[in-house]
Amino acid sequence: MTLVDVITGVFLFLGCFFIIVAAVGVVRFPDIYSRVHPAGKGDTLGQALILVGLLIYSGMSFIALKIVLIIGFIAIANPTASHAVVRAAYAAGVKPWEKGDKRQ
Amino acid sequence: MSHLVTFILMFGFWIALSGYFDPFHIVSGIVCSLIVTWLSHDLLVPKGTDIKIEAGRVVRFMLYLPWLLKEIFFANLWVAFRVLHPRMPIDPRLIEVKTDIATDLGIVTFAHSVTLTPGTVTIAAGKDGSFLIHAISEQAAATLLNGELARRVKAIEGTDV
Amino acid sequence: MFSVAAVVLILASLLILYRVIKGPRSHDRLLGANMIGTNAVVLLALIGFIFERPHFLDLALVYALINFIATIALLRYREIGGVD
Repeated sequence: MTLVDVITGVFLFLGCFFIIVAAVGVVRFPDIYSRVHPAGKGDTLGQALILVGLLIYSGMSFIALKIVLIIGFIAIANPTASHAVVRAAYAAGVKPWEKGDKRQ
Repeated sequence: MSHLVTFILMFGFWIALSGYFDPFHIVSGIVCSLIVTWLSHDLLVPKGTDIKIEAGRVVRFMLYLPWLLKEIFFANLWVAFRVLHPRMPIDPRLIEVKTDIATDLGIVTFAHSVTLTPGTVTIAAGKDGSFLIHAISEQAAATLLNGELARRVKAIEGTDV
Repeated sequence: MFSVAAVVLILASLLILYRVIKGPRSHDRLLGANMIGTNAVVLLALIGFIFERPHFLDLALVYALINFIATIALLRYREIGGVD
């Protein structure tokens, strides 16, 4: 176990935690608008953390450059996809859940 | 000018993805970048863009990123708490936010930042700087409405809008 | 270490699969499908490291692009109710 291994492990653990939280959130939350919150935030950060772990593990090379490209793309694409989902739901007239309503 | 910027970006992208430096790959990279530049230089840099102003905005955007990363991290802890809490303490609501953001980069940055910061997701973004936002709790809505995010994004746009 | 992370990713995707199957609306399904797709991107990168074949990163990059375009296209289709 070197220092690089330990740091990579920490990043992988944090990333896995946030991805699991996002998955649980998407299953638990009551309607499409609130489900987008864990999907948009949790997934973006979790995946970025795992990729940063890989980045540290691989060191400086063209692999690192490609990982940075993937991180950048995910950070732009994920919130855009969440925004497109809620916009389509809003355009389709889905009512937002409010406190006390039945789960959708 | 738009040709040059597009060509440099495309060729840099080619180098990043290929990773080979022998003459064959370099020459085919230059040819491909030239074709892409010829076809789509006005997509990346639209007509009437002032390169200097845009470059300034990009630099200020880079300086804005560290603050955003910090916010994203706290946003996730915040959402994780609400997801894992047994009673799920959420109280969603829709809010309208009026800002004086005018440029495309500013609108996109604001909408993205709202989605990535605690408890708020952009539903609709208008060209006039009005946003329809879904907030997951009253506190999240109040944090957004106090306008710090809008001020920071406005600072990216700079004075010459 | 990488294998553990890959297994966790697959388990998370299975959880999301419940939401994709259950619905109740097509937006929920699309949201879940997009999340599984982006998880698959990271999974591809991890597989590249597990088997020490960095070329999987290219696949991950291309898959990220395809997944994003697919989600946007499907949502656009849902929004305007058809393709013109």
